Amino acid sequence: MKRKILLLAALVLLGCSPMFSQARKGLKINEVMVLNDSNAVDEYGRHSAWIELFNSNYASMQISSVFLTNDTTKPTLYPVPLGDVKTRIPKRQHVIFWADNRPTDGTFHVNFTLDPNKPNTIAIFDADGKTMIDCVTVPVLKPGQSYARIEDGVGADKGDGRPEEAYWSVRDGSNTEGSYITPGSANKIKGTNPKIEEFKEKDENGFAMTITAMGIVFSALILLSICFYIISRFNAARSQRKKMEAQGLSYGEIHPDEHPEGDSGEEIAAIAMALHDHLDAHDRESSVLTINKVRKAYSPWSSHIYTLRQMPNRR
Amino acid sequence: MASNIGQFWELTGFANATWQHLVMLCVGLFFIWLAIKKDFEPMLLVPIGFGILIGNIPFNPDAGLEVGIYEEGSVLNILYKGVSAGWYPPLIFLGIGAMTDFTALIANPKLMLVGAAAQFGIFGAYMVALLLGFMPDQAGAIAIIGGADGPTAIFLSSKLAPNLMGAIAVSAYSYMALVPVIQPPIMRLLTTKHERLIKMKPARAVAQSEKIIFPIVGLLLTCFVVPSGIPLLGMLFFGNLLRECGVTNRLAKTASNALTDIVTILLGMTVGASTQASTFLTKETIFIFALGFMAFIIASASGVLFVKFFNLFLPSSKKINPLIGNAGVSAVPMSSRISNNLGLEYDPSNYLLMHAMGPNVAGVIGSAVAAGVLLGFLA
Repeated sequence: MKRKILLLAALVLLGCSPMFSQARKGLKINEVMVLNDSNAVDEYGRHSAWIELFNSNYASMQISSVFLTNDTTKPTLYPVPLGDVKTRIPKRQHVIFWADNRPTDGTFHVNFTLDPNKPNTIAIFDADGKTMIDCVTVPVLKPGQSYARIEDGVGADKGDGRPEEAYWSVRDGSNTEGSYITPGSANKIKGTNPKIEEFKEKDENGFAMTITAMGIVFSALILLSICFYIISRFNAARSQRKKMEAQGLSYGEIHPDEHPEGDSGEEIAAIAMALHDHLDAHDRESSVLTINKVRKAYSPWSSHIYTLRQMPNRR
Repeated sequence: MASNIGQFWELTGFANATWQHLVMLCVGLFFIWLAIKKDFEPMLLVPIGFGILIGNIPFNPDAGLEVGIYEEGSVLNILYKGVSAGWYPPLIFLGIGAMTDFTALIANPKLMLVGAAAQFGIFGAYMVALLLGFMPDQAGAIAIIGGADGPTAIFLSSKLAPNLMGAIAVSAYSYMALVPVIQPPIMRLLTTKHERLIKMKPARAVAQSEKIIFPIVGLLLTCFVVPSGIPLLGMLFFGNLLRECGVTNRLAKTASNALTDIVTILLGMTVGASTQASTFLTKETIFIFALGFMAFIIASASGVLFVKFFNLFLPSSKKINPLIGNAGVSAVPMSSRISNNLGLEYDPSNYLLMHAMGPNVAGVIGSAVAAGVLLGFLA
């Protein structure tokens, strides 16, 4: 028993550990502004450098206890404090950290600043202070410029062979697509669902969707059908073998054409009814009670004369 | 005193009623009448009809009463979360799984293809909806009515087109109730007298082990192909395993009785209450009803035609009676009963019920797979 519990605990731990780190892997540095002269202001009305993080997962993420740093040799430079409800980032949402070296101003004010005169390396480390979750080197930027992922959370880990820099762009805040500076919101503004737009444009009459979807529905059910055809054949052969063994015959020695046929539904129903009549028993239900009225012969134990108490006589 | 009465009057339904409210109340009453008097799907139409009455009682929304279904935190809003967030349909599917006997399907696996063919109703309606100017996601949500599966229709429309969900749900359930009226003429039209007399061999006996393997293999195969169908297919097969494994009778009984009843009450009532006049009495609703009707016809016809096509490749001893083709839609067991009744009409000794149950339950799986496909492509 103890061994079983230990095994179960080990399995649970084994299952949980990669899940935890995998969940935090979804935390991304999404946009950085080093020289903030006229962009977003913090809750004190100050313009400071900022770092935007993005939860790329489709589940909310608790980021307290991860570390933010601008020096990878000091991975535990700024621990995101515990106990602040705002450190739970909803799915696919953003959060801004102010790089103003004023950690006493609140959870989202880190204890370092960014140097506008040289490239800044910013990294997030997991709670162990060793596992790097994300890292980016921000080039020297002009005042009011930001360095942002072209699309939220998308980088080299997408796996299409392009370097990380290819997924980032310098933004000047002008009013053209791809140049917007978007602290706390999506880097690529989507007014509509691109999938829907694509379907509308490329499959105007729905013909491709119909063919594809019907193909998928058919394949799923054909797969299931084939699978059960095989299972039914296997089952039939097994039941035949059992039947022949019961008759004292050897399965391999007899030609397949001479194998006895499976019982028909009628035969099975007749056998079941006969058994039912004979045994008056239930077959599978474990929780059914059959209560029959039982007539017992006379016994002094059930006799009213002996068991009922006489009423006491008052004298 | 007079000002108090005046203020009170402003809060009453009489002061806030519009003609749209009255129309919706009549729709609700009509549903209740259909259910009680005509016995059309009473388990669903009574809750939906009464829900329409609840949802369309006029009141002053600025009074801050927090009673409306769309007012955050109201009782109705909390109950409606099960619809808007899609919790109720998978729970209903759990009950359906626990109620459904897949024996007929396991005994004759090729009948699964009939269930797949009938899903053409969904995609035929999808193409027509696009022609009518609906966006692809809206078209997908409307087209699922052709699957003849209320919970699936609600699940998909809550994800793809929440604003159309009320009309889609009401349309789906209305047509499911009207299956005995819609399907027989199509079946008669598309079959010859000779075909209607085809007698099918009795299905083979299915071992208990096969019944236990079915939900496990079914889940793995269908969900590996369409992972977006996990909520529906997962619960359907889970419910079926509870039923068939033989050691969880109490759970299966709860899932198929008490749980399904509770969720049906909540689902029907909240879907009915969500049909507000402003969103329901529109041109789109008329289109949705028309498309739903068409989807049902296409689905029934494609099931029947597929069987006829399939028969071309089958030896004469294994021919399938095309009257079971209509059962490819997942209105269980209504469409199977129609196949049986029509079969008996032409040959009083030709019982098609168990044969029709095969495509019928395959239709449940097929429509959930189709919903998963639409969700995967369009969400």
